[in-house]
Amino acid sequence: MEIGCKTEGNTTVAYILGEIDHHNAVTARAALDEMIEQLAPIRFGIDLSGVTFCDSSGLGLVMGRMRKCQTVGSSMFIKNPSAAAERMLAIAGMDRILKIERGK
Amino acid sequence: MSERITNVMKTEFAAKSINEAYARSAVAAFAALCDPSVSVIADIKTVVSEAVTNAIVHGYAGFENKQECIVSVLCKMTEGNKLIIRIKDKGRGIEDVHTAMQPLYTTDTDGERSGMGFTVMQSFTDAIRVRSTPGKGTVVTLEKRLKR
Ligand SMILES: Nc1ncnc2c1ncn2[C@@H]1O[C@H](COP(=O)(O)OP(=O)(O)O)[C@@H](O)[C@H]1O
Ligand SMILES: [Mg+2]
Repeated sequence: MEIGCKTEGNTTVAYILGEIDHHNAVTARAALDEMIEQLAPIRFGIDLSGVTFCDSSGLGLVMGRMRKCQTVGSSMFIKNPSAAAERMLAIAGMDRILKIERGK
Repeated sequence: MSERITNVMKTEFAAKSINEAYARSAVAAFAALCDPSVSVIADIKTVVSEAVTNAIVHGYAGFENKQECIVSVLCKMTEGNKLIIRIKDKGRGIEDVHTAMQPLYTTDTDGERSGMGFTVMQSFTDAIRVRSTPGKGTVVTLEKRLKR
């Protein structure tokens, strides 16, 4: 798994490449929380287009980061979820409560 | 009448999170011998990951020597290409299985678990059975038809 981020204006977009399971989610959580805390961007996106595997630990990761963003006042969104990520979001109905940006 | 078993695989490993990837890959490799579709393989990887993660995170929660805590995964293939996967731990067990299986139910206090593991296992398989004894451990049996 690989994580990074890019900031443009008031928006920071983090990306996760590879497999999100419980093992990798622990690492991803620390990395994403550091970005959210240090940058506290107005908009924080998580690009999931490069996610090749995702189980419900990925859902927990997304739900946890939503709460984290609320504490620093960032508005969070998901960007271009891969098929593996998308069906996890759908199973929990999170595709309805979460902002999902597609394209670009 | 139960179907005739044509192949069997068993693997056992320490209850460490790094083995989650090993477990789902091992079962996927066994399933691949029947040449299922890519989406069926993805379902199998996901459900194995859920059950094995539960054994590690919940079953053996609070156990000290993780390398001595063993998760076992037994796979059986039937004549009709049905894969039966049994994931077993000798951990804490579950007091109330029915409640544990409800969507969004979790006993995690860290806020990092979604409570959707059993729901995912139910949605991506044809059958699920959970047998658990508090203080003794948990056995989750999943069935997935690989081909019609
Ligand atoms: N192998 C297990 N041993 C003990 N408890 C378990 C086991 N598997 C599941 N549980 C219990 O069932 C609950 C629900 O599991 P699950 O649906 O996978 O959600 P999550 O893992 O996100 O908590 C867990 O929070 C835990 O209390
Ligand atoms: Mg779980």
